Amino acid sequence: MSRVLHYAAHPGLSTSRINKAMVQQARAVSGITTLDLYEEYPRYDIDIEDEQQRLLEHDVIVLQFPLFWYSCPALVKEWLDLSWEHGFAYGHNGDKLAGKRLMLAITTGSPQDAYRPQGYQHHEIRQFLLPFEQTAHLCQMRFVTPYVLHGALHADPLAHAQGFARLLEALRDDRLDLDRAQELTILTHDTLPIVEV
Amino acid sequence: MSDFLLLAFLFLVAGVAAVPIASRLGLGSVLGYLIAGIILSPMLAVLNVDVVSIQHFAEFGVVMMLFLVGLELEPKMLWAMRNRLLGLGGLQVGGTTALIAGVVWWFGADWRIALACGLILAMSSTAIVLQTLNEKGLMKGDGGQASFSVLLFQDIAVIPILALVPLLAMPGAHHGGGDEGHGASLSLVAGLSGWQTTLVTAGAIALVIAGGMFLTRPVFRYIAQARLREIFVATALMFVVGIALLMTLVGLSPALGTFLAGVVLANSEYRHELESDIDPFRGLLLGLFFMTVGAAIDFGLLFGDFAVIIGMTVGVMLAKALVLLIAARVFGLRGSEKFLFGLGLAQAGEFGFVLTSFAVANAVLPDDLAPRIMLVITLSMMLTPALFILYDRVIRPRYDREEPRDADEITEPGIAIVAGHGRFGGVVNRMLLAAGYETTVLDYSAAHLDMLRSFGVRGFYGDATRPDLLHAAGIDEAKLLIIAIDDKDQATELAHYVHHNHPHIHIIARARDRRHVYQLFAAGCRDIIRETFDSSVRAGRSAYEALGMHPFEAERLARAFVKEDRHALYELAQLWDPAVPDHINEPYRLKARELMTDADLRARGGAFRERSARGWVPPTEQDQAESSARDEAPEGP
Ligand SMILES: Cc1cc2nc3c(=O)[nH]c(=O)nc-3n(C[C@H](O)[C@H](O)[C@H](O)COP(=O)(O)O)c2cc1C
Repeated sequence: MSRVLHYAAHPGLSTSRINKAMVQQARAVSGITTLDLYEEYPRYDIDIEDEQQRLLEHDVIVLQFPLFWYSCPALVKEWLDLSWEHGFAYGHNGDKLAGKRLMLAITTGSPQDAYRPQGYQHHEIRQFLLPFEQTAHLCQMRFVTPYVLHGALHADPLAHAQGFARLLEALRDDRLDLDRAQELTILTHDTLPIVEV
Repeated sequence: MSDFLLLAFLFLVAGVAAVPIASRLGLGSVLGYLIAGIILSPMLAVLNVDVVSIQHFAEFGVVMMLFLVGLELEPKMLWAMRNRLLGLGGLQVGGTTALIAGVVWWFGADWRIALACGLILAMSSTAIVLQTLNEKGLMKGDGGQASFSVLLFQDIAVIPILALVPLLAMPGAHHGGGDEGHGASLSLVAGLSGWQTTLVTAGAIALVIAGGMFLTRPVFRYIAQARLREIFVATALMFVVGIALLMTLVGLSPALGTFLAGVVLANSEYRHELESDIDPFRGLLLGLFFMTVGAAIDFGLLFGDFAVIIGMTVGVMLAKALVLLIAARVFGLRGSEKFLFGLGLAQAGEFGFVLTSFAVANAVLPDDLAPRIMLVITLSMMLTPALFILYDRVIRPRYDREEPRDADEITEPGIAIVAGHGRFGGVVNRMLLAAGYETTVLDYSAAHLDMLRSFGVRGFYGDATRPDLLHAAGIDEAKLLIIAIDDKDQATELAHYVHHNHPHIHIIARARDRRHVYQLFAAGCRDIIRETFDSSVRAGRSAYEALGMHPFEAERLARAFVKEDRHALYELAQLWDPAVPDHINEPYRLKARELMTDADLRARGGAFRERSARGWVPPTEQDQAESSARDEAPEGP
């Protein structure tokens, strides 16, 4: 069993299709902590103390957000900037997150084809996510292959959201095969390497 | 004097003793009163009390009840009800009269007597039915609305029936004088010709409507400005009594007149205040009325002729229920609502008493039949609570099971009540309205309300700390209460009352100062907003900026200050005790000293600076040197 901390961060949930559905499905998963970051900090005044405590109390941190300008929405960045402090997450004595897992669950507006060297985004999606990957490595965490939905404006929310719930359950029960996941560039609802028991 | 006191005391004791027991047993207050009346009747007989004349007096409760019902019914809604009112009502009165008259005739009575019986027994009891429907919260449902339509139709129908009854007089019978004291001895229409009567009557109705529309508002505003509560109550009573009097003078039903006045006032800002002022009178008078019904049972007659009387009662109720169920079918009432309608109106009612004595006075009914009819009416009223219980326990559960959840899912839109619409409450209300939420505003300033109403805000006049007014404003369905009244103690009291009696409601309270925060906290409120705190903090932040601090630094410092201050306030609020003066409350004093002394403030200023200094801090050179020496993660991001 792992203690899963799931943060959803979408500043416009009322107009969201995919992320909203994901939040709904995640809330139904028992035994994990699931939080809406924009609900926690509507005025951006992140409580460093509280956040570090939460990080300490969990083994897997899942950050769910829509891709905004090849990165995360601003509050996620603010949250990282503030709570992943020197001496806590990295640097001298900064080993509090060591051994934990960091996983992203993102949605992109552009279709999968766009995220190719020949596509109009010119780069693979993982290249845009490198800052997160390196953040995890610097903090001695394991970066788990992200759970991605491309073409989010037209995709079916339910399949992706239900897949997300299965993913969270697998993380909770240590049934996600991290090594097999590592061989893939992204995980989707129909390629989840979940070990059935 | 002592007679009066004794009588009043007897009725009060009987009511106070019987009604709570009946309610607790789930029998409803009406049955409680009826039983209290029966228990009283031997005593009243010994004291030689004229129960019937008390009953006429108490019937005024019905008039008040219809006024209150009218207040709840905006003209639009009444208009929307018109088909049912005429259709259902007409079918019920016509059908029941025909059926009962037919049966009586078949038993060999003269057709005139039969018709009179039919008309008398077609009436139902507005008092019992409305009281019970309200008590059980069934008034808003389909069955409740249909029942109300029929009762209203009967109210109107009484007028032509009173005109018709004298025509049914047995040929050769002598004309008994008067109508036994009820109805007016004064009349505006006596001796007028047909069209003159019509003109005067129409004029009276127009007067009530026009008065309600144009006269009441300035009068109430004038009275409200005097801020004398009892005068407001007196004014409300004056209106109701005045209208009733006018209606009686032109030979209309006073209940109908006050009902109309109520409808006219349904849109007024004084509606809730009127409701809570009149309601206690209505309750007491109706209680008295039900007791007199119980007390008037003639047990000698009942036991002398037991089988026949009971047979007649059951027969009447069956006939009425049959007609009602058919009417319900015709008008598409469904499921359990159909039975609520059918069983609820199956009794005969207080109009029956009036019509019976009128018929006797006009020599329509033979003297030996009238008391029996009176007894049948009374017994059918007595049985009504039992039918409601049958509906509640047997019929409704069955239908609820058949249509699962449906009833549950209709959630009323949660409304917010804004108590006090001054500078503070006004902004909150505007924000709520702008976001599309429904609000009800309570305020004690009539002038203020006028202005609000001109902007289309739903505002009502009244003292928000009065439970009955809160009730009338819909506190039972509300989700949120904003307390923004000026008076500190009243605000606290209101928070306390609502927190304890309506725990489901979220309360947001404005605090005038720190002490008020503690008081509200002790009253159970947890969402407390200090009225000047936010603006003061903004002024402080402006001061920082004016002194050259970087705006973002100023913002961070201000936030840290707010956080510290709220934390301190919260700690103190938990120690504060309304029952103990601050200087004796040792823990509070110590904490306050710890948090509030000047020197500490400066020191704590340091603390909040420190807190605000945290965040976006890069590692120092020394940090970096140490980590590279140990060959930990070398650089940092
Ligand atoms: C400010 C903003 C920036 C965005 N930037 C990107 C982007 O860089 N790449 C991309 O593929 N989609 C981008 N999108 C599209 C969002 O990723 C897309 O709307 C979202 O994933 C849909 O998820 P939802 O249904 O939960 O809102 C952007 C959208 C917004 C509003």
